[in-house]
This record gives sequence, C-alpha cells and structure tokens, in this order.
Amino acid sequence: MEATTQKIELSVTVNGTRYERAIEPRMLLSDFLRHEIELTGTHVGCEHGVCGACSVLMDGEPVRSCLMFAVQTQGHEITTVEGLGAVDALSPVQQAFHEAHGLQCGFCTPGILTTVTAFLETNPNPSEEEVREAISGNLCRCTGYQHIVDAVLLAAKKKQAS
Amino acid sequence: MDKRLIGKRVVRNEDPRLLTGQAQYVDDVNLPNMAHAAMFRSEYAHARIRSIDVSKARAYPGVIAVYTAEDMGADCYPGPPLVSPPPTVKDVIFNSRRQVPLVKDKIRHAGEIIAVVIAETRYIAEDGLDLIEIEYEPLPVVADIEKALEPDSPLVHDDLDSNLAAHLVQKKGDYEAARASADAIIQRRFTIERGTAAAMENRGIVAQWDAKSEALTVWDTTQAPIPIRNGLAARLGLSESKVRVIAPFIGGGFGPKIMMFYSEEMLVPWLAIKLNRPVKWIEDRRENFYATTQERGQVHEVEMAFTRDGKILGIKDDFIHDTGAYDPYGLTTPLNTQSHVMGGYDIPNFTSEFRVAFTNKTIVTPMRGAGRPHGIYVIERMMDIAAKELGIDRVEIRRRNLIKPDAFPYEHGIIDQAFAPLIFDSGNYEAVLNETLKAVGYEKFIKEEQPRYRAEGRRVGIGVLPFIETTGVGPYEGARVTVEASGKIAVATGVGTQGQGHFTSFAQVVAEQLGVDVTDVRITTGDSAHFNWGTGTFASRGAVVAGNAMHAAATMVRKKILKLASKVLNAPEEELELEDGMVRVADIPQSSISLSDLAALANPLRGAVEPGTEPGLEATAYYGPQYGPTAFGVHAMIAEIDAETMMIKILRYVVTEDCGTILNPLILEGQIHGGVALGLGNAYYEKLHFDENAQLLNASFMDYLLVGSTEMPRIEVHHLETRSPLNELGTKGVGEAGAIPVPALFAQTMEDALYDYNLEIRETPLNPNRLFGIARKEKTA
Repeated sequence: MEATTQKIELSVTVNGTRYERAIEPRMLLSDFLRHEIELTGTHVGCEHGVCGACSVLMDGEPVRSCLMFAVQTQGHEITTVEGLGAVDALSPVQQAFHEAHGLQCGFCTPGILTTVTAFLETNPNPSEEEVREAISGNLCRCTGYQHIVDAVLLAAKKKQAS
Repeated sequence: MDKRLIGKRVVRNEDPRLLTGQAQYVDDVNLPNMAHAAMFRSEYAHARIRSIDVSKARAYPGVIAVYTAEDMGADCYPGPPLVSPPPTVKDVIFNSRRQVPLVKDKIRHAGEIIAVVIAETRYIAEDGLDLIEIEYEPLPVVADIEKALEPDSPLVHDDLDSNLAAHLVQKKGDYEAARASADAIIQRRFTIERGTAAAMENRGIVAQWDAKSEALTVWDTTQAPIPIRNGLAARLGLSESKVRVIAPFIGGGFGPKIMMFYSEEMLVPWLAIKLNRPVKWIEDRRENFYATTQERGQVHEVEMAFTRDGKILGIKDDFIHDTGAYDPYGLTTPLNTQSHVMGGYDIPNFTSEFRVAFTNKTIVTPMRGAGRPHGIYVIERMMDIAAKELGIDRVEIRRRNLIKPDAFPYEHGIIDQAFAPLIFDSGNYEAVLNETLKAVGYEKFIKEEQPRYRAEGRRVGIGVLPFIETTGVGPYEGARVTVEASGKIAVATGVGTQGQGHFTSFAQVVAEQLGVDVTDVRITTGDSAHFNWGTGTFASRGAVVAGNAMHAAATMVRKKILKLASKVLNAPEEELELEDGMVRVADIPQSSISLSDLAALANPLRGAVEPGTEPGLEATAYYGPQYGPTAFGVHAMIAEIDAETMMIKILRYVVTEDCGTILNPLILEGQIHGGVALGLGNAYYEKLHFDENAQLLNASFMDYLLVGSTEMPRIEVHHLETRSPLNELGTKGVGEAGAIPVPALFAQTMEDALYDYNLEIRETPLNPNRLFGIARKEKTA
C-alpha cells in the first residue's frame, strides 16, 4: 500500500476568515476544522453521520462535517460554533441555551447550535413539535432534550423580540 | 435581602465557554510534535494468537513505531483491581482477573488490543492497522451467562476451574420460615440484557513526557483523575508529584469513564515516555462499542412470600451477573442490585445469592444506574404480579409495604456496594407516592379516562411505581477554598466533571457562606495539579461528598474572614455580615472592608504575625460519610400503544424526587430528564445484540438506537425535600435516579395498555418486534 501523499490546495472561508491549506483529499472536513485550523469547537461523536455533533453550516445550510471531505468545501463559506457568538457576546440562540439550561456536558451542543441557528432562519416561530423534528438528527445523552426544546422556543422568542 | 443561594435556580457558570466552542475537551489538546496512536483490536471474541506480523506496518511511511505485548516486555502486566472484594461477607468467592495493555497470547473479548501503531497522523496510524497480519486459533466462545456456569463450558480464564468470577450470599431474617407461614408464594424469572452508556464523547488520552524534568502530563477522559495519577505514578515508577492528570471538560461519563485502568490508559502514557514525544489516542465510535465497558446483563430467579392482604413476608433472589472477560471493578454492580431488590419496602426476611460469570464479552462496570435498575425491575415486576394474583390494586399493595416515615434510619443488616451497612437514612416515601398520584391524576385516569379510551378502542395504559437510590458513598472527597487577592474565590476539588453543573452548584454552596456572587466563585475540578486527593465522580456522590467538603471548607474560610475582619473593623464577630464581597458591621454600613483587602491583610509581605498564624484566607476540608444517604422517588407514565405496530406514544411522564436538600432545581431537573431518557432507552430502544460467537451485531449509532428528541416525552418533575441527617447540607444524590425505575415502569404501563392481551413482561430491554412476539404468544396461550 502506498501512503496517500498527493495534496490538494484548498481555499475555504470559515467564520469569515479565508484559509488556504494544502491537504490530502481524504481529509474529513471535521478533521480539517479541528486539527488543521484548530477550531476545536466542532465535535466528533460518531464519524458516521448519525449523532450530529459535528454539524456545521455550509453556505448557511447544516452539513455533517464528518461525512464530507474538506476539499468539497472549495470556495464555500463554513460557519462553526465559534462563528455564532463569543463568550462575552452570545448569539440569541446561545443565550437561550444558557438561560434554559439547554446543555449539560456540552459535547453535542455545537452541532445543535448550528442546526438550530439555521432552522430558526427558515422557521422563526416554530411549534414544539417542529422543534423536536428539527433537532431529531442530533443526539444528546445528557438532557433528555427537554431543556434543549425549551431553549429553541426561547431563542425564537428572543429573535422575534429583537 | 435573601442571602440563600442553595436551592436557587441559578444558570450555569460553565455555559458561555461550552456554548462558544472555547471549552477544552481531551481531543482539543494539540501539542507540537504530537504523534497519533491507533489500536489493532481482535476480531475474535475468544482465540489464541498464533502469530503477529507487524513488519509491513513498521515499514509504512509516516509510521513511527508499532508495539506488541512482546515489545512491551515486562511493562505489559494487568491493571490494578479498582475495588477489592468485600472483606465483611462470610464465604465470599472473588477471582480477580484484570485486563492488560496489550494481549500476548489469548484474546478474551472482541476488541481487545493486540498491537498499537504510532504515526505522524491519525490517518497514517489507521493505514498501518491494515498492514498488520495476525494468525488466530479460534476457540469455543462463552457468550451466554447461564451456559458460562455449566460444567462443560469453555473457560475464559484457563487457570480457573470454571467461569465463576464471584459468589456471594447475603441474608436478613429467615426467609424459609417466612415462606412456611405465607399465604402466597410467587416465583418468576427475569432477564436483563446489555446496553452501552454511549456518552457523546468517546474516550481519549493525550500524554506528554518532559524528559528533562521527568514529568508526565496526561489529559484523560476519566471520571477519576486522582486515582489515575496515583496508579500511573506507581506503574511508571515516577513520583506522584511528577505526574499530572487532567480531566478537562468531559463529554458525558455515565460510569464507564471511571474504569481504571483501561488498556489505553496504561499504554498511551507509556508510549509517550518510550518515544519521548506527545502521543494522542482518540477512540472512535466503533471502538467505543467494543472496548468501552458496558452493563446490565443479569438473570434472576426470584421468589416472594406474601400474606393474603399483600404484606411482603420475604424475598429470595438468586441471580447471575455478567462481568464480561475481566472483573476489575469488583462487585459494585451486583452488590447494588442486591441492595435494591428490596426497593423502598419494609421486608423482614431476605436471602440473595449471586454468582458472577466471566464471558467472552466486553468488560462490565457500572453504568448510570449501576445494578440498581435491575433490583428495582425485579421487585417492581414482582409487586405487579403479586397485585394481580392477590387481587389488590397495584398502588395499594405498594402503599401497604413502603417503609414508614418513623422507621428511619432503616437498617437492612446487609452491606452495600461500598461494603458499608445498608441503612436508609431518612425519607417520607408515602408522601412522594401521593404527590405523584395527584400530579398524574391516577384516580381520574383509572375511573374516567381509561374506560373512555378503551371504549374508543384505544390502548392507553398507566404505570406508577417507586424506587430507591443508594447514593453519596465514601470513602471521601475534599476541597480547598481560597479568597484571592482580587476578592474572587478559587475552589479546587479532585472529582472530575462530565456535565453535572459542578461549576455552578458547588459555587452556590461556597458563595452562600462567603457572601459573594455565584459567578465570583471559580471552580477547578479534576486536575491533580490543583487538588490531589480524591476518588472520583461516581455513585451519585458529587453533591453529597464533594458538596459537603466544599461546604466545610467554605465554613472554615468564613470563620477566618470573620476573625480577621473583627480585628480590622474593631467589632465583635457576631455583628459582622458577609455580603456583596464585603464584610460589614451590621447597622453601620460605612464600617466595612472588602474581601480583596482582607485577603491582602491575611497575607502580608512585611512585618510580624502572631505565633501560629496561617497565611491567607484559605481552608481545605474533607468529607467522608460512614454510609451514604438513600434517595427516593416515584415515576408515573401514561402511554398509548398501537397493537398492530407496537409503536408507543408517551402522553404523560411525571417524576417526584426526594433527594434531600436541593442545591439547584434547574440542574436537578436536567439530571432527571437525562436519566429518564437513558431509562427509556433501556426499556424499549437500546440493546446490544451479541450473536453466539459473542460478536456484536449493532456496533453503530445506525443500529443501536439512542432515544431522540421525537421519542422523548415532556417530563413533569416534582420535588419533596427530606433532608439527610447524615451531612451538613442535607443532600442525597440524584445523578442516576432518573434511569433506575424506567424499565419496570415501562413494563407495568405496557401491560396495562395491552390489557386484553394478558401480558406478563419478564425481560428488558424490549423493542416493538419483541413486544409483538410476547404479546402474540401470551394471547394465544
């Protein structure tokens, strides 16, 4: 077996910053984000596209970064959890998760925050059932989802008020 | 102003970092020159290794090294026993067999590590795995826990006469005499199968060796950083002060992250020293299914003796517990089962005998619930069956047997998982039951709503049942509380944290004593450089054991503050108030000093101090209970089932919990919600399917179903507070509570919903297929 050494030039915008790297074509987007450009907020829970922890936004749409190769993002815009807000400037969704205790260990949280941020763009006033459907592709082992659902409903309210 | 912070619904201090991707988990540690390890794991569950050829892997570009057991030489020996067998029980048998870093000759479960590849990247390390060639001699497999103990079974450990890992009998009263005087004897058999904890974060270890200062730093996804540090130091021949173990943010623990030592925990630090390079190993999800410990496999043969009016005279429970290929965690899980098989009932006569079996499966160690759900499943299923056979309402038969409020402390005369006497410290069990019945509207449902549903052809059932949880066991935890020169409070403790909100609930305990904001208390958990005494986060003990150590340390610091402030302000201590980070003389607000200024005065840079003075406003305290407090709760569920598809819809889910003093209701509710979600998984979704070769057939999240947001009902949580008399705060643990009664409750509710099927459920987990199978059989029988 030959080592895969051929590298491809990638240019991608992440959270508004353009990154240019020479990478192996087999490198997963999740590994690129976490280990090449050291945005470790995106978490990897299963590496087979089920748990949703690694969800990021590509041109505003949620994608599973463990199911994509980094080279597929050539020329696209990626948003990770680091791009949603900062410790002293939480986004409305992040703030709502804080107030409603929508996280415990925090590992699945980045994928849920990105998913929910995109969801509320398309459905700013969802019902509880719609919220449950929207996050049904994100697994959480700590919360039983109730406070997450509460947080999403609260975030919708906050966004509408602002 | 209300100065109480304990019991307040405070949002969490740790959230902002977690919400913005700034919190550090083990896999976020990236070090210069770091190498990456990948494990070659056995495909077979039971096999002899004939030969290992790693030459091609070693030659692969980018591979730094490959190690086998032979390469590791004398350093490849088993991990330490985590819990030794109970010394206080007569005639106990315990055969301790522990896992090794790398397997040399015989594989005992699929997923055991045969070789490790270290490479410049994880991708290359995994390429290297494909180049390793192993010749196996497959052996007959021990897959079934009952067959494991038959005389002709193949042996998991060839040096033993059988697969018996342990045998233990505990008794209270005289069951045989009780049986002789009983009006009714009920016998049943129950089977409980395996699941996995499935924390969202897999395990991981990063180890860094500094050869010049002979210091090792390890980042580990462990619930017990201090014991890992001590064990590593002993194993590697280093001073404990030269080994630092950090359990940073951990993405869920639920028990399996306290297995000491995992093979990888012995291996990765050893590699870092050997190679003199930082080494990272991160488990993937498939490895997690094979190599991270699991729980729940037991078979029970139970007999109960009743009077005709439903009073329990005694219980006799014989069970087999599956420990998997090794038993590093001792008897914690089966002892917990034994402690819970009497539930919250007044049972005068009890005999329980368990045998622990080695099998060719992944190691079993405690997982959220830790043997308790098994005990509760058995007793509560038996209570349902007794209610039917004796013609007594299922709530009424429970009410007649619950331990009465004046019976506490209630001594069982057996030992618990910590080898301490099983004593229930306090409680008001019937009040919790009544609260739940009221909240769920039990009477109205039975009398009005259920008949209406049934008339409409809908199968809607209700379930209600109680459970106990022994919590907060020893030996001890500690905490150090310091008023820093900034006036902020620094707190350190040895327990690790995996999402329980320690940075907030512990901060509330300290802030209340010291009159500061909760956000001004900065907690450090799980870093041996900050606090190096402790045992770990397990057994629902954080709020009890570490919480009370915090409280004690904060109380000591408060005394120091008052003593010094009294001198500075020239006022008696009893006239001083601590508020808003200041010490004030009551009624003279202008006479005050800030904690910041006091901290500076307590640590002068020049001048003389009185003899015996300790510098700073700091104290360290420890708390170790003689035995742990026991929490109590009642869950109720109303669910509809479609008998064609056996798909369920949970219409109501009510929890009433009495875990003593509540530190933070927001965090408490979160713990309960999560516990119930795992419990529902254990009841109807999650089962590890092993075939007859002990091969796991559903080792992915596509095939092993975790409960999702659309399956979870909304949970209504009610609280009663019966303070524990065992500790200053009055707390009892709650971390595992949510999960404990759910499989039993689910079974009761399904039997009630499928009322026309004459169904008796005696196994868990179920799933729609399995329930359909049982229901059909029972109906045509």
